[in-house]
Amino acid sequence: MADILPKKDQNGQKERSSDEAKDEPKGLRVKPINNGTVIDHIAGGQALNVLKILGISGTTDATVSVVMNVESRKLGKKDIVKVEDRELFEEEVNRIALIAPAASINIIRDCKVIEKRTVDLPDEIVGVVRCQNPNCISNTLEPIKSRMLVKTKNPVLLRCLYCEQPLTDRIAEYLI
Amino acid sequence: MFMKRHVLSMREFSREEIDSVLDLAASLEPYARGKKSDMMAGKILALLFFEPSTRTRMSFETAMKRLGGSVINLGPAEGSSISKGESLADTVRVIGGYADALVIRHPKEGSARLASQFSPVPVLNAGDGAGHHPTQTLLDLYTIKKESCLENLSIALVGDLKYGRTVHSLAYALSLFGADITLVSPPGLRMPDPIKTDLSSKGTCVRETCDLGEVVNNVDVLYMTRIQRERFPDPVEYNKVASSYRISPEFLAGAKKNLIIMHPLPRVDEISPLVDETAHARYFQQSFYGVPVRMALLKMLIGAGA
Repeated sequence: MADILPKKDQNGQKERSSDEAKDEPKGLRVKPINNGTVIDHIAGGQALNVLKILGISGTTDATVSVVMNVESRKLGKKDIVKVEDRELFEEEVNRIALIAPAASINIIRDCKVIEKRTVDLPDEIVGVVRCQNPNCISNTLEPIKSRMLVKTKNPVLLRCLYCEQPLTDRIAEYLI
Repeated sequence: MFMKRHVLSMREFSREEIDSVLDLAASLEPYARGKKSDMMAGKILALLFFEPSTRTRMSFETAMKRLGGSVINLGPAEGSSISKGESLADTVRVIGGYADALVIRHPKEGSARLASQFSPVPVLNAGDGAGHHPTQTLLDLYTIKKESCLENLSIALVGDLKYGRTVHSLAYALSLFGADITLVSPPGLRMPDPIKTDLSSKGTCVRETCDLGEVVNNVDVLYMTRIQRERFPDPVEYNKVASSYRISPEFLAGAKKNLIIMHPLPRVDEISPLVDETAHARYFQQSFYGVPVRMALLKMLIGAGA
């Protein structure tokens, strides 16, 4: 893997994912992390929704850095999220594809990128997006979690397992 | 071949599965007309109707009893554990322990699927909000097969196509048979776009119009539905719309000789009682066919060898 060795930038700081280094015009807005997860190439403005999908709220103990709307060759504007001391599971990060299909995930351990992957939506999303149909049984106090079947991944088309109502745009509005 | 554990949505039926239900229903029709049977002897069907129903509830009850089985009823929700706040999940777990199958009608969409996740016995969806009513669709298909022809059919679905769950399921099922479908409704009650897109993506020819007179002489089946007064805040607007979808013998003067008229009932005034006496009326037969079709489903789900 090309990114295993830590790299030094012009300021002498080590560890940056190669994409991050390419995209950023000059200098670092947030210092590199020693351990944890860097989520790069999030579509501009979606970082807070990514945190929501990951279940990271204002009450978290984790150190979290969020950079929004920085220039990106790939996306024009992109967001970056860095979660320190937490390596996110594949299942967790794959849900990010709901709103950030181009996101890339870098797992950092001892300042090294030990794993780098893209996101891939699973066939079913459980407990992350609520059904947009107010009369759906999944929007009541029954002891169930919302369940969305992924019918197509690009563009994302979800269908509620319970009432079968589709959800295509405005997915971010229905994040639980 | 029918391999289902539950009957929840027409989306889950293949063409072959529909054919097998309709074929079995045809063989059970003599029992629906009163021939004695003990096919369901010792079996109990539980009816959980959280919303009013006449035809669906009574035809399930008739189907079970004519086949020698028995029926238990949840009764009005006010006198049951539901009024104490019990969840639907708990209700079906409990009643599933008393019966061999559950029939459920509930105001929330997706409720039958939820019930199927918690029930220890098969669940039949008898209507979930504006969602699905698959046993109605199967009896509609049976009626068309018996009284007209399911192949190369030209059908007009008329009335409230926005909220009417029967027409949503029926349109989907007809797409499996290559039907030409004309949707006739007032602008405010058009069939939802996702359903139309779904039908078109299956190669079904779908047309849309507000004018019933434009299509009445060209179709094999007129499937009428009731336009509900409560959908219109303005009674004047309701009367204007409702009167444009009212059929009489005169209105049918230029129709095909073999045109059949169907309606899930109850009707209000969208079909004149004078039409009942014409050769086109099939809505009362349609209502009766609910019995053999529901017999077939019960036999497939809980009969001997199911």
